[in-house]
Amino acid sequence: MIDFDHVTKNYRTKMGDNIGLDDVTVSIDKGEFVFLVGPSGAGKSTFIKLIMKEIDADSGSIKVKGREVTTMSNRQIPIHRRNLGIVFQDFRLLENKTVFENVAFAMEITHQTKRAINRQVPQVLSLMGISNYAQKYPGELSAGEQQRVAIGRAVVNRPTVLIADEPTGNLDPDTAWEIMQLLEQINQRGTTVLMVTHAKDIVDKMKKRVITIDRGRIVGDMQGAYDLHKYDISGKHKETESFRRVGGLLNRNE
Amino acid sequence: MSRAGHTIAQAFRQIGRNRAMTAASVFAITAMLLILGIFFIIIINVNTAAETVKKDYNTIEVFLKDNTPAAAVKAAENEASAWENVKAVKYRTKEEAMDILKKRWGDSAYLLNSLSRNPLPDSLVITVSDLSAANAVAEKARGLQGAEDVKFYKDTVDKLMKATNGIQIAALIIMAFLILVSVVVVSNTIKLTVLNRSEEISIMKYVGATNWFIRGPFLAEGIVIGAFSALISWGLVTFIYGRIIARIGKDVLSVISMPLVPNAFLSVNLLCIFLALGISIGAWGSIISMRRFLDT
Repeated sequence: MIDFDHVTKNYRTKMGDNIGLDDVTVSIDKGEFVFLVGPSGAGKSTFIKLIMKEIDADSGSIKVKGREVTTMSNRQIPIHRRNLGIVFQDFRLLENKTVFENVAFAMEITHQTKRAINRQVPQVLSLMGISNYAQKYPGELSAGEQQRVAIGRAVVNRPTVLIADEPTGNLDPDTAWEIMQLLEQINQRGTTVLMVTHAKDIVDKMKKRVITIDRGRIVGDMQGAYDLHKYDISGKHKETESFRRVGGLLNRNE
Repeated sequence: MSRAGHTIAQAFRQIGRNRAMTAASVFAITAMLLILGIFFIIIINVNTAAETVKKDYNTIEVFLKDNTPAAAVKAAENEASAWENVKAVKYRTKEEAMDILKKRWGDSAYLLNSLSRNPLPDSLVITVSDLSAANAVAEKARGLQGAEDVKFYKDTVDKLMKATNGIQIAALIIMAFLILVSVVVVSNTIKLTVLNRSEEISIMKYVGATNWFIRGPFLAEGIVIGAFSALISWGLVTFIYGRIIARIGKDVLSVISMPLVPNAFLSVNLLCIFLALGISIGAWGSIISMRRFLDT
């Protein structure tokens, strides 16, 4: 489903190269639920951005559903992304659209008929448990409810992979847990889920495959939980982290 | 919703959202087009005037020696007719020349009656089809059988052509500059809309919208702004020009003895030109501003 083969990505900044990913080889199968953990700046975002083809790898091969991503033309990127649903920590809903419109928006983009939209969106909203909020605006919803809308938007086009970038980062533990159950439900329907997180308790509780990244390398890949003693995913490498943040900013301004 | 429908609806929604900026760019483009229109009218009128004047100068008179035999005259006439850029060759007897002269002198023509004999020569009047070729034709005419002298308003024509060319080039440069400024103005407006919606655009890209799906509404917005400005400025220019013709047109006519281009003719052409310009300025402006934001 997702295959990284000796993938390396460096960020060039004025202060020198920053490692994004360093010779990463990993495979995620169809239908898996995978946590991607590691300290900030370890390369988790790089990993996701490479899958989305938001950035290009320096070397190596990335395949999604058997299709090579690294050599993909700009024209093919939108089609590629329709296979991937994405959920962010900050929801990224459109404030001036209702819940229904926010979800329908993803279908409009892929040129689907009004009839298909009117059929599918209510289904998704009910699956997310937010049918009652269809005509409300994101500002009127709680954080957990907003994240449900965002997940709805991500899955309405039936992507093969759902990428969740710290989806529980802004939520209290109870709500976070509800969201995790929702993701598990989606996973059980056959969607591969790749979730980036810092939340140790969630990772431990879910008992799924955990891939640990640090300084651009995969340092752990095991079923059930990450190696708690070696890698404190929530806070290690504080100094490197801030350096990388500065580097990242410079990189963005280039 | 169909794709085109979505694009256009979205464009109008965007225009509604930044009414102030839209008004500002419509205002700016309208101002540009107005100045452009004035230059256009000046060019057209200068051209027409030049054409009218040129018509008076597109003849070359070849004076013939006295007693040139009729056969030689005929031969010269045939020869000249066959030349390139010659529209017509007419034989003018000295009597006809005298009549023309008398007509030109008008009330004073009686003075000519006192001449004991007609001093004017017979001549061939060559009308050229292209004024720029008149020099060459005049040169050749000197070699015609029986030709004594060739008369042609070379200097006048040269000056006239230089002046019209100069005016045209100057006006074109100014127009090009104005178009450029308009494009920058529109591209700034669209840039603001793009920035306003950058969040939405980034989400669209994540969900898998094609670039054209995202660009479409912005392009349509630019085109609508351009077309709208074109209509306003066209209305204004046509109205003003109509007033000018009605007020002073006739007086100017009699003073410089040349017609102003009629409003009806100008207005149709101006509408096409304004629409084409407005739409391309709008489209161009939005493409420029989007390129920076939507390269992937």
